[in-house]
Amino acid sequence: MLAIEDLQVKLGDKEILKHINLEIKTGETHILFGPNGSGKTSLLMTIMGYPQYRVTAGKILFKGHDITHMSVNERSRLGIGMSYQRPPSIKGLKTRQMVQICAHDGVDVEGLARQMNFSDFLDRDINVGFSGGEIKRSELLQLMAQDPDLLLFDEPESGVDIENIALIGTTINHLLQRDLKPTADKSKKQVVKERTRMGLIITHTGFILDYITADKGQVLYDGVLACKSYPHAIFKQIKEVGYEECVRCAS
Amino acid sequence: MRELNEKALAAKEKKAALGPDIDLKTFTVEPPPHEALDSLYRLSEGDKKRMLTTGIEASEQGRAGSYIQKDGTAIFSRSMQEGLEVIPIREALKSFDWVKEYYWKLVSVDADKYTSRAQLDLHDGYVIRALPGSKVIYPVQACLYLEKEGLSQNVHNIIIAEEDSELHIITGCATAAHVKSGLHVGISEFYVKKNAKLSFTMIHHWAEDVMVRPRSAGIVEEGGLFLNNYISMKPVKSLQMYPTTHLIGKGATARFYSLLFGSPGTELDVGGRMYLKAEGTRAEIIARAITNGGNIISRGELIGEVPEVRGHLECRGLILKGGTIHAIPELTGRVDGVELSHEAAVGKIAQDEILYLMSRGLTEDEAASTIVRGFLSVDIPGLPQALKEEIDRAVDLSQQEVM
Ligand SMILES: Nc1ncnc2c1ncn2[C@@H]1O[C@H](COP(=O)(O)OP(=O)(O)O)[C@@H](O)[C@H]1O
Ligand SMILES: [Mg+2]
Repeated sequence: MLAIEDLQVKLGDKEILKHINLEIKTGETHILFGPNGSGKTSLLMTIMGYPQYRVTAGKILFKGHDITHMSVNERSRLGIGMSYQRPPSIKGLKTRQMVQICAHDGVDVEGLARQMNFSDFLDRDINVGFSGGEIKRSELLQLMAQDPDLLLFDEPESGVDIENIALIGTTINHLLQRDLKPTADKSKKQVVKERTRMGLIITHTGFILDYITADKGQVLYDGVLACKSYPHAIFKQIKEVGYEECVRCAS
Repeated sequence: MRELNEKALAAKEKKAALGPDIDLKTFTVEPPPHEALDSLYRLSEGDKKRMLTTGIEASEQGRAGSYIQKDGTAIFSRSMQEGLEVIPIREALKSFDWVKEYYWKLVSVDADKYTSRAQLDLHDGYVIRALPGSKVIYPVQACLYLEKEGLSQNVHNIIIAEEDSELHIITGCATAAHVKSGLHVGISEFYVKKNAKLSFTMIHHWAEDVMVRPRSAGIVEEGGLFLNNYISMKPVKSLQMYPTTHLIGKGATARFYSLLFGSPGTELDVGGRMYLKAEGTRAEIIARAITNGGNIISRGELIGEVPEVRGHLECRGLILKGGTIHAIPELTGRVDGVELSHEAAVGKIAQDEILYLMSRGLTEDEAASTIVRGFLSVDIPGLPQALKEEIDRAVDLSQQEVM
């Protein structure tokens, strides 16, 4: 479980997250909406442990550990992984090596790359000259190798072409174990109980909702979380009346 | 010869244009005698180990020929392939008239006190030649080894890739493990003839108080390709070189790659200068410099003298822990229609790259060394796999000192 309690975060002198409370139970996936600049990326980077996001109050708990002041790699070891909106490129580091860095023993890098339509990129320097959509596939490939318990996705569909959007969507769904279906001898309740992965997905366009079943949606507006509801309901509201109205109705 | 000697004498005290001046009197020019070897297996284990760090295989496996010089003596020299000649230069000058057509033809004997010394107190060196049309697939290995403390080792090398030939050379320069100080003066003249391909990979492994003054120049004829790779990842007191390449034939190409590391007390002043003198010539100079306390000057100069030529300079520097990196890229276009560009960046390891790798599970130190390793891996198109591996090995061997 991830629990965020009354979290306040500063970036430089600017307060970018205010009194955030958020709980993602084991097996749950949440969608995070919000206009540009509302602090969505900041929230994910704070959970991942990026030191420039200074926690000034509150705490973050994960799997029962207080991780508020843990380093990024300790959080990674504990099972948190992130798909970045704009990851840096690293010259001379091949994508293959990067996937191997992420991987646990015995991960079949070539096989995963084939699944992600990414075999041709394994011998290219990571993110160097990648298009927006290629970056997303590279990020997902890394997460598949890493296989964390809490997955943070920062706009995984932005820049992805129509051909690959379904691939991105179903891959995320799979990573989050959302594709487990009830069967004759397994009820829906049992299936849900078997899920261990947690997800937090930022979406700007909402396209990803066509592929992913999520448990909850929230809107981040000006550093404040508001408007807990079903993701589709929130998205409909935003489309109809815009963020400002949507958030006003919640307050 | 007399004329060369006179010119050399006149330049005996002449300071070099670049690099700290060296008092030549502090080094002895009398090399101790060494016996010739009939097999490289007879090298001592210590020498073998040391030479291996610069790509010299005592087994000669995967090599087309070998030249090994200890101090002033060529102790081993042979070609194992038809169409390939490997000859100590003193012997070559005595026995073959053609050598004189290449001797001091690209480098001036009176350039400075170091070229002067290489003429007046020559301690041998090698002539390596691929005959017309011959393809020497395996690299030829050459080692200039300094065993006597305080010696000034003065060598002269001539490398010729005749028309339509292909030649790959790996040359390792190293000191014996016990040597602390010395001076290495090395003249190298490269001739890449019509449609020939020459790759020259030089790995240096000197010692903390060694001074090094290579003086080299090359010429590339029509359709020729000259790849020149230089790796200096180990401590050295002062090393200054600025090899010049003349692209004189249509479509001639030269590429110069260097990987430099400066530890505290090390001063490197390394660059390449290329003249593009014929239509369709291509020049590229790429340098990667890392310091954790040493001082590095990374130079590069491209001079476009005719239209329809293209050249690119790239210098990237990484300052890890103190030291300085000074990138000096220079471009000169003398006519319309030249295309010359450069790119230089000096900085530190980017924090966002470190954090990205940490979020994939690496510790901060692991992340930093992964980035440095990436920084030093440069793709060199056209270089045989075996030589790429030698470069990787030289870089890996220094990883500990770098980080
Ligand atoms: N490096 C930075 N320096 C200063 N302000 C920043 C920086 N990065 C982000 N911000 C600001 O922080 C706020 C939140 O940004 P971000 O979390 O990226 O929003 P979102 O992901 O919701 O678009 C924005 O106002 C943005 O301009
Ligand atoms: Mg964002």
